[in-house]
Amino acid sequence: MLAFSFILQNNFQRATFLNSTGTFTGSIINSYNNITEYLSLRKANSDLVKENEILRNMIAGNSEKRWNFSNSYISDSSFRYIGAKVIKNSINRQKNYMMLDKGTKDGIGVDMGVVSVNGVVGTVIQVSDNYSLVMSVLNISNKINARIKKNNHTGSIEWDGKNYRKGILTDIPTHVMMYKGDTIVTSGNSHIFPKNVLIGTINEYISEKEDKFNKATVDFSVDYNNVYYVYVISNLMKEEQIKLQEAIDNGQ
Amino acid sequence: MGNSVIKNILRFIILILVQVTILDNINFGGYVNPYLYVYFILLLPFEAPGWLLLISAFMMGISIDAFENTMGINAAATVLMAFFRPIVLRSISSGKDYEKGAKPSISDFGFRWFFTYSLILIFIHHLTLFYLEVFRFTNFFATLQRALLSTIFTLILVIIVQYIFEKPAK
Repeated sequence: MLAFSFILQNNFQRATFLNSTGTFTGSIINSYNNITEYLSLRKANSDLVKENEILRNMIAGNSEKRWNFSNSYISDSSFRYIGAKVIKNSINRQKNYMMLDKGTKDGIGVDMGVVSVNGVVGTVIQVSDNYSLVMSVLNISNKINARIKKNNHTGSIEWDGKNYRKGILTDIPTHVMMYKGDTIVTSGNSHIFPKNVLIGTINEYISEKEDKFNKATVDFSVDYNNVYYVYVISNLMKEEQIKLQEAIDNGQ
Repeated sequence: MGNSVIKNILRFIILILVQVTILDNINFGGYVNPYLYVYFILLLPFEAPGWLLLISAFMMGISIDAFENTMGINAAATVLMAFFRPIVLRSISSGKDYEKGAKPSISDFGFRWFFTYSLILIFIHHLTLFYLEVFRFTNFFATLQRALLSTIFTLILVIIVQYIFEKPAK
């Protein structure tokens, strides 16, 4: 019964009790990662080169090239990027988490978005001084506001817990046409992700006659099995936005 | 006796480390996750009283939970498994008593006995674990399938570890 009571406790208690962002478990995971990190250097390096290429093209003003590659760069000064290393990652659970080697000391806080060079990775749900825990896109409780890039219709991206390369786009009105290869990006409606961060492309349209909304399977742009370096996005205007939202909610 | 306590404590620590560093990073196509740490519960001595079984199972589960950020689900599944252990032992021994000093291993009871014993307990553990993880009954059969697949993988690992580390006592 004690064990069951742990499952049912809420997030606040969760943050204060035993967890892997703690000093002891965190340092074990971190030192193990220091040993195995070499095995993934090749992939990590090629990602970094790709990223440098995008940034250099941005500096040179080749915006066309920039959009072709990735949409995780937004020239919006209200967002700040904090680079971090992934020290623990899983893809085979129903609720997958990642652990990063940066925490509150580096300015990371709860509810910040996490992206990699290829697109959306997840949301920070827990932080300690030196580590942070990210709820990956591959988590059946995660739901991300998404938008079809070419026609601006919004929906949401979920993961059904089956294939780690595929997600499901839901809540798209039935009159909206979706085609294979359509780009899905973040909507920018939440305080977590900026607008236009890449999520993936539509793979297959799923028709459900009784439903008012359409669904489609989406190929994720990020290979979550190979994520080594990520950027945590800190929204500098978040408090102001939330305050404004609250003022509206209270007024009604 | 003292020797066996130390052995079990060592096994406890090593299994946690192996689980969180190596096995948690194995992704067979994103479907299978072996949980070898249950091997600790399987190998606890027959003489261990019920309360000790449950408490050590809880300690094992909660340690894994601390590393995996799965508050309580490993602890719950492991405790349930430890609870069923004496029942399974009684039902597959066909009424005979287990000798004192014997270990629940292939070398002492044979492959067939160990296979049945491990299969039932690992399946109980995995079934609980996977259903608690999703905490819903939608995709009932998909979860069942994942539990079955992982059970097979854990069982294979358990048997391999048995053959490598448990030498026949002669």
